[in-house]
Order: sequence, then C-alpha cells, then structure tokens
Amino acid sequence: MTDLTSLTIAEAREGLTNKSFTARELTDAHLAAIEAARVLNAYVLETPDRAREMADAADKQIGKGEGGPLAGIPLGIKDLFATRDIRTTACSKILGNFVPPYESTVTSQLWRDGAILLGKLNNDEFAMGSSNETSCFGPVVNPWRREGSNTHLVPGGSSGGSASAVAALLCMGATATDTGGSIRQPAAFTATVGVKPTYGRCSRWGIVAFASSLDQAGPIARTVRDSAILMRSMAGHDPKDTTSVNIGVPDYEAAIGKSVKGMKIGIPKEYRLDGMPAEIEKLWSDGAAWLKAAGAELVEVSLPHTKYALPAYYIVAPAEASSNLARYDGVRYGLRVPGRSIGEMYENTRADGFGDEVRRRVMIGTYVLSAGYYDAYYLRAQKVRTLIKKDFEDCFAKGVNAILTPATPSAAFGVGEKGGADPVEMYLNDIFTVTVNMAGLPGIAVPAGKDAQGLPLGLQLIGRAFDEETLFSLGEVIEQAAGHFTPPRWW
Amino acid sequence: MSVDATTVRRIAQLARIAVSEAEVPHLQGELNAMLAFVEQLSEVNVEGVEPMTSVTPMEMKKRADVVNDGEIADDIVRNAPATENHFFLVPKVVE
Repeated sequence: MTDLTSLTIAEAREGLTNKSFTARELTDAHLAAIEAARVLNAYVLETPDRAREMADAADKQIGKGEGGPLAGIPLGIKDLFATRDIRTTACSKILGNFVPPYESTVTSQLWRDGAILLGKLNNDEFAMGSSNETSCFGPVVNPWRREGSNTHLVPGGSSGGSASAVAALLCMGATATDTGGSIRQPAAFTATVGVKPTYGRCSRWGIVAFASSLDQAGPIARTVRDSAILMRSMAGHDPKDTTSVNIGVPDYEAAIGKSVKGMKIGIPKEYRLDGMPAEIEKLWSDGAAWLKAAGAELVEVSLPHTKYALPAYYIVAPAEASSNLARYDGVRYGLRVPGRSIGEMYENTRADGFGDEVRRRVMIGTYVLSAGYYDAYYLRAQKVRTLIKKDFEDCFAKGVNAILTPATPSAAFGVGEKGGADPVEMYLNDIFTVTVNMAGLPGIAVPAGKDAQGLPLGLQLIGRAFDEETLFSLGEVIEQAAGHFTPPRWW
Repeated sequence: MSVDATTVRRIAQLARIAVSEAEVPHLQGELNAMLAFVEQLSEVNVEGVEPMTSVTPMEMKKRADVVNDGEIADDIVRNAPATENHFFLVPKVVE
C-alpha cells in the first residue's frame, strides 16, 4: 500500500468509499507524520484524541453509506479559526490560553461534511505578516530548501503553517485566511494550491478578525481539484456574518476539466515590474502559453491604479486592525498584566501581549484614524480603493474572463532575511496579491515552475466576483501543464 | 508627513499600549518608514471619487429584533482572567 499521506483528497475519498483503508488508518498515518515533522513547527496544537474520535465516527458513517462529502478526510486548521473547546490563539500571546465556547462557521461546515481535525496550524500573529515569523510560537519552516543548501526558508505567511503542513504531507488540506495575500503567497512558496474566494463567499464568523473588509477564508490543498472539493464545504451563506452573500454554492469540482476554449485572459501590463527576475517573467509567459494552447485568447489589459494598492492597503488594513484589536484589553479573555489603574492595566497588557509587527500596525492604524489625519489618510485610501476596484470592473466589462499574473515577486527566502531594518521590504511580498483583496475579487495561486535554486514559483489567476469556477477550470489547465512539485523529505 | 517623538507617545497612548522612552526612537523610525511608503497616494487624483464603503454591492441585512441567544453566562466568563459571580473584575475605577 502506498503511503496514505501522499494521496490527494480525491484519491482518499475513493479509497475510503471502496474500503481500501479506513478513516482511522488515514488519520493515524497523518498523526505519525505530524509527530515526525515537529522541526517544521507547522502545528501549534496537535489534537490526536479528537482526531481519532472523529475518524471512528466517520468510519461508522461511511460503513452505513452515509458519509458526507469530506467523510474521513484529515485536515489542519489555521489557529485563526475558533474551534470549540480547543485552544485558539491567533498565534498571539495576548489570547493566551483562550478556549472558545463556540465553533467558527467555516470549520463547523467542514465537520458537518465529515472532515477530521488533526490540529491547529501556525500563522503570523493575528495574520499580520508574510513569512510566518511574527507568530508567538516561532517561525514555521518551509519543507522546500534551496538545492544543495540546509538553510531554513520561510513558507510565506500569514498562513505559513497551513502551506507548510499541506506541502509536507502533514494533512490533506488546510483552512487559511487571506487579507492581503496570506493564502496565495504561502501557496506559491510551497508549491501548493491556494484559493482566496470572493469577499462574502465564506463566512467570517468565528474567525479572529484582522481587517474585516479584506479578510476572507479559503483552502490550501495539493491539487486544484482538492481545493475545489474543500471550497464547496467552506463556502455558503451565514446569517451570522452580515457581509456573507446569500447565493448558492456551486459544485466547484464540476469546473475541473471544463474547456477554457475561447476564454479571454487579461495580461496586465502594470504587473511587469522594473527589475522583475527573468525566471518570474518566464513563468508568466509559460503560463500564458499553456492557457493559449488550451484555446484561451490572451489580451493585454491595463489596471492603472495597481501601484497604489499596496500603500492604500497599509492604511486600510492597519486602521481596521486597530479597531478590531481594541477588544484585547485584559478584561474578558486572554492575558492580563496588572497596573495601578485600569488604564495602566490596559496599556501593560497590550504592551506585553502584542508582538512588534502587531504593535506597529495598531499604532499606524490609530494614527491614520485620529482627528486631523482621517481625511488625508483613511478617506483618501478608501477612494483609491474605489479606483482599484473600477480598474478591474472596466477590464471585465471588456469581456475578460480572468487575469493572469505571477503570484509573488520572488521564491521563498531565508528565516530572518527580510524586513529587519525596514518593515516595507516585507510588505512588498504582497504586491501582486493585495489588489485582489482591495477589490474583493477571487484569486487562485497554482504551482507553475521552479527558480534556478530549485524553489517553487506560482502563478495567480484573478476572476470576476463570485466566479471561482472559471479559476478552477483555468487553474487545472496550468496544473496539467506544469505538473506537480513535491519537496524531497529531509525532516 | 512624518511623526515626531511627541506624536509617537501620543499615538501609543491613544492605542493604549505602554511604550518605554527607550523604544520611542525605534518606533518613530518604523512609523515614518510606513508613512513615507503610503505618501505616494497623494499623487492620485481622487476628485469626485466616492470612498469604498461596501466591498460587495448588497443591501444591508436586517434581522428580526428578537432574543435568539443567551443563558450562557458561564461560557461568557469562562476565559476571563478575573471574575466573580458572572462579573468581570477590573482594577478599581471609581473612588
């Protein structure tokens, strides 16, 4: 029997239905893999007892022929999703030993469909970061290494634990969240598939809030098909999230293998940056050639406000974060550091509980919302956001079905290599992904090749609002042409 | 625009984060690096542009004004650092 952890979700689903193996066997194989891979620091909490309990329940359901769409599939959950009676920290010291008495809507739908919880996955503190180095549990290690080198590389962030665990076969798929690129950038760094759905497609209820108008949950998996399978369970209307949209959830898997003939694919000229590495240029033109060979038509498009997306993001996101994170005051949950007065208690708690990156963003957010600066910064940024969204609308109005871009400006970098002197250096990682959040559109990152050092690189497809299906069809074409990339096991 | 040391202390106070004197110069440098980065937005012509207020155009949802949850006081205080009889305890506020 092949190693159960290397199966795709689609293959495991078949094996479970055919009784080639049980959910319990599949789960035990993953629990053993997790134990042997602790050096990666992908999991911040392993839940083997819960996993085995859920696996046995899934086996019973499958035995009766009543298994749900994800029956017996072991998953990892980003520690930003509240899981009932299981510690949830957002990888921040300020949440301490928070044990939610409730379950996030997205994870509750995964359990409804029969999936199994293996444990909670590492992420940047409150999802603020692009390398998973801001986590209070320490950095995650990318299973990929440069050829001939032992240097530890970052898996990207903020969903670094999710990407690393999926790439290293420590779960069959994982939940993640994306505020500026936090699903797609780590997917690109680890040769996994990451989907950032349209804003409003997945409920935000029960997910620790970072920037509420940008946050969106989505899956990371090893194939486009697997990501489509997970999306179907994660998506859907939720009355508890006022921005959740009440439209039907399609069978995303049915979009896999659908012809892309005649589709118009936009190639935005503004994404061709000065000094872009030749291998990223090549990856991009390879991707365009594959789509063309599949019958799609390539057209050059213009998104004139692209360069303003990242600076506008660094006003809007910290502003919303400063408001959302006001709740961490040492009163109702998490850490409390005493003070002589209640004000001093708040200040001491927040000084000790927040890491450097979170403190920086809360402070900049406080500043841009403060009296006298609101119009100059926040209001202007929200106007620029309207223009960014309009760029995309104009482009789609001309009949463009999707837009093809590189996912990241480089491959994975070393732990401690970036952002030490200037925080902006780290922020530039999200230059190709952040526009999508600003406009509320869906995006998918698909592995497409390797750089000269043998590290994976990804392509991004951006779709029309609520048309994730087209992204799955196009993503499948790229995956078929580029093939699969698996990191050699060294841990 | 850039911030001086006094403004950094003022922001920290508004954000309710204790910042020591020794940390101020470093924080000032970081905040100014971010402000320099976002400065390029001033070159965008936003004349007559509406600020984005809703990501997805949709009618605001309203729910019935009814009690549909409650009686979970134990759950509510379960994670609090200090409680007494279903109340959150804080340092003395009123003399």
